[in-house]
Amino acid sequence: MRGTLTVGAGVVLLLLLALFQPWLRFVSTIALSTGLAVLGIMLLLRAGQVSFGHALYVAAGAYTVAFLRPYLGEALLLLLAGAAVATGLGLLVGLFVTRYRDIFFGMLNLAFSMVAWSLLEKLYSLTRGTDGIRVVRPSLLGLGLDGPAWDWALFLLALVAALLAGGLVARYLGSPAGSALGAIKTRETRLEFAGISARRVLLQAYLASAALAGVGGAITALATLHVTPLLAYWTHSGELVFVAILGGTGHVLGPFLGAVVFELVRVHAAAAFPDAWQMILGFVLLVIILSAARGLAGLLDDLARRLGGRG
Amino acid sequence: MGLLLLLATLDGLAYAAQLFMVAVGLTLVFGVLKILNVAHGSLFAIGAYLASTLVGLAGAPELSLLALALAAMATGAVMGPLIERGLLARIYEKEHVLQLLVTFALFMILEDVQKLVWGVQPLFEDAPVRLLGQVEVGGIFYTAYQLLLLPGVAAVALVALTWFLRRTLLGRTIVAVTHDREAATAIGIDVRRVHLVTFTIGAGLAALGGALAAPTTSLVPGIGVQMIVLSFAVVATAGLGQIEGAAVTALLIGLARSLAVYFAPELEVVIPYLLMVAVLLVRPAGLFGRTVLQRV
Amino acid sequence: MAALTRRAALATTTSALAAPWILPRSALGQQKPARIRLGISTFLSGPASVFGVPGRNAADLLIAQLNARGGIAGVPVEALVIDEAPGVNFLLGECRRLAQNENVDVMLASISSGSCLAVAPLAEELKLPNIMWDCGTQRIFEEGSWRWSVRTQANAVPEIVAPLLYLLKIRPEVQTVAVVNQDYAWGRDSWAIWKSAMEAIKPGIKVVAELFPKFGATDFSTEITRLQALRPDVVFSTSWGGELDTFVRQAAERRLFERSLFVLPLAESSLERVGKTLPEGVIVGARGDHWFLHPTAKDTERLKGFVTEYRKRFGLYPIYPTFHMAQALFALEAAYGKAIAANGGAWPSREQLMDTLRGLEFDHLTGRMKIREDGQGLEPMLIGLSKHVPEYPFPVLDRMVLFPPELVMNPMGTKGLEWVKTLSMETVAKTPAPIPYKA
Repeated sequence: MRGTLTVGAGVVLLLLLALFQPWLRFVSTIALSTGLAVLGIMLLLRAGQVSFGHALYVAAGAYTVAFLRPYLGEALLLLLAGAAVATGLGLLVGLFVTRYRDIFFGMLNLAFSMVAWSLLEKLYSLTRGTDGIRVVRPSLLGLGLDGPAWDWALFLLALVAALLAGGLVARYLGSPAGSALGAIKTRETRLEFAGISARRVLLQAYLASAALAGVGGAITALATLHVTPLLAYWTHSGELVFVAILGGTGHVLGPFLGAVVFELVRVHAAAAFPDAWQMILGFVLLVIILSAARGLAGLLDDLARRLGGRG
Repeated sequence: MGLLLLLATLDGLAYAAQLFMVAVGLTLVFGVLKILNVAHGSLFAIGAYLASTLVGLAGAPELSLLALALAAMATGAVMGPLIERGLLARIYEKEHVLQLLVTFALFMILEDVQKLVWGVQPLFEDAPVRLLGQVEVGGIFYTAYQLLLLPGVAAVALVALTWFLRRTLLGRTIVAVTHDREAATAIGIDVRRVHLVTFTIGAGLAALGGALAAPTTSLVPGIGVQMIVLSFAVVATAGLGQIEGAAVTALLIGLARSLAVYFAPELEVVIPYLLMVAVLLVRPAGLFGRTVLQRV
Repeated sequence: MAALTRRAALATTTSALAAPWILPRSALGQQKPARIRLGISTFLSGPASVFGVPGRNAADLLIAQLNARGGIAGVPVEALVIDEAPGVNFLLGECRRLAQNENVDVMLASISSGSCLAVAPLAEELKLPNIMWDCGTQRIFEEGSWRWSVRTQANAVPEIVAPLLYLLKIRPEVQTVAVVNQDYAWGRDSWAIWKSAMEAIKPGIKVVAELFPKFGATDFSTEITRLQALRPDVVFSTSWGGELDTFVRQAAERRLFERSLFVLPLAESSLERVGKTLPEGVIVGARGDHWFLHPTAKDTERLKGFVTEYRKRFGLYPIYPTFHMAQALFALEAAYGKAIAANGGAWPSREQLMDTLRGLEFDHLTGRMKIREDGQGLEPMLIGLSKHVPEYPFPVLDRMVLFPPELVMNPMGTKGLEWVKTLSMETVAKTPAPIPYKA
């Protein structure tokens, strides 16, 4: 019950921000789509696995939108296509990488994303390299929107996608399959003794994470209307993991909370210290890890407990 | 054709030497501390920048080689203990993901530190390269620095490191910790000290890699980023903690890359990663890695 | 888990977000503003900060000078600088913040062509005047029509055509060419322009190697070995920054300059750093009509004063991005002045400002240039041969040619890549007379 309240509060807060600060509509949309990708990272982290290459699926979703846009005029279809392509790619890569654990899992994901990044830059005639591809604004639900109306529509789309995805992931984590996922982290061998294929469980989570990243990437592409290979670069993958830890992996709210705070810290750090914003983000991350390993969601939780205990 | 192959081999060798110098420190640190240090690339960059400063200060070209060594040692001796004691020592008990991210955060911080200290203008101090002059092979000029010094130093580093780990007490202690940390602690090995020493050596090797690279290339912001991903690929392909493995893998990647420039330039960038995927497909723990028994 | 209260969540989140953006938006009006706010996007981190930071430095200096002489029509100017290195997502968010929260009047967007391509549509949406101050791709005004963007410098087409004409003028007997370009959009585009133009002007020149080392490469040994084996007459490279420095040094160390003539259209920005490692007789370009010893402007107070002041503050000679920044700022100043005059002294609307920028002729540090009706700037191209002189510890330009835009820039409404196919030896013959270096 209290979880629902929190989510409700978060939604209201985001809506207020978007209402009173037009430029934050865009930033919130980007944060929500980052949050979607991070939700996938969180699933993998539950299994104790960290992917340093999930920017690959974000880019897959985004580039699918860019490539299909000339043939498809409906944003929702583009979104679905982005998710589908990312999931398909996730299956191809996932069948291979789910055989590995820990560092090897992370490094292989990194390798695949680096190959994809190189190809996006290399295949210049197809992808326009670093110039990137412009996405002509599609219609949404058949409505041709532009200006603030489009911003709002996209923001709401991202919000709905985030709520849906968050709900689904929360249910999944509460299910037996979700428990099996957690068991990969702590006692994988026992899982196998119990007749459950750890690889299969991990593959399911991997596919879900690729799909989520694909949706996030597609929304990002629809918001920026321009995609570049930087989306697939490894530092972007690192950022996704960063946000996951920042937000905390204990609750599905964590990724979104982390993403919103990450974007805001970055914007403000960049405005105040244009030459050293990266350093500030680094310090924020260090402080979170060293002092609050359960992330922002964990901090909120502790705070709530304390307040609840007193009141 | 034969000449082309020879030329490609020579180019590949020099590149492999540079790659090895960075990867070996990374793999050594991972072997002992079980932490994959993303900031290793930053240490490479700091070593390179410091080397360039010292070469500039040294003035006389004869002193420039000394300046490179000094830069590597200084970086290792200062940054190594600072990072290990100040940061890593606090997180040995944490999850791997968190350890990885701590080094990622450190990497972000050090990127800006480099920028604040050395600015954004490309730096280039090639006195050591000019000092050693050129060598002609089949009508093609090479620099002696690239053809002889780089592979030479890499070979010496490899031999010295294996000798240190196998023949000296401290080295054997390090190896013992690599194999079984609990047993090592049980027989009274000071694991804290081993961590400190290993990380300092690793940092020094990264800085040495940077210092050796400094006279051959322009130092620009982001130079560490390039190096780190590539050395990850080397370390994973070789098998974690494998020093000789890192040498063989660096050689493979170096040769494959320069052959690619000759025969399939489109593949140049992706080769290290394709090699890694191919190797891990056949040998899941890397070329020289051993599969570890899982504890139930 | 999930035990969070609404109150707690709100309290924490709002305090975490407490920030300067909860401020009233000032009303937009046509009365004279208290200040003109510029948003500048440039590279402050990553390898392209080699250009980005000098551009920002030039903006700091020029804006201070502008305000010292009373600002634009008495209105002081201030700039907010943002880093475009983290990519398009971040940049677009920052541009919105500048436009919607900081109430920036004019945006000076971007070095990277990718950034410019992404910002142009946003400027349309926000109705925000945008001056593209440094990005080079010709695609921007060829593939799109932008009401709210202009570019105050040339583009890739003349930047590549001019050095090609220069080469064929001084060395018409060239037989073989090799290219070593960075593997990204600019490297590919500039080679495409060169290749099409070369095939049109002098069919039969053989391309013996097309090398595209990855962007950010730190080692060109293998490429240099190949070039030594192939011995092309000409080595063409549009690389820049640290990579160009590295390529020049490694090529010099291995005596590649003795075997091939180098054409380096961006080398002006590396001269001071590589010093006399770059030998004499290399064809050097500057992405436009500017150099701190510009042949026709070097004795003007304006250029001399700028170079002296810039050196005093930043310890380096100004390079092309500083001139590009100057062009953007001088264009802005001129456009406001002209629009105010046309308005009978009243402050112009944003639309009027944009209308005035199109077709504007304005003076900048090294001469006078024009912005075409489609928004594209027209500036001459300065190309010269490197020469060693005792007065400077780095090469200077000799036998300089100033290519007029009519000769090297495709006319409005044409596509550069198609237009270069109409070039011929007659175009080469129209190359203006060279101007020798004078101390």
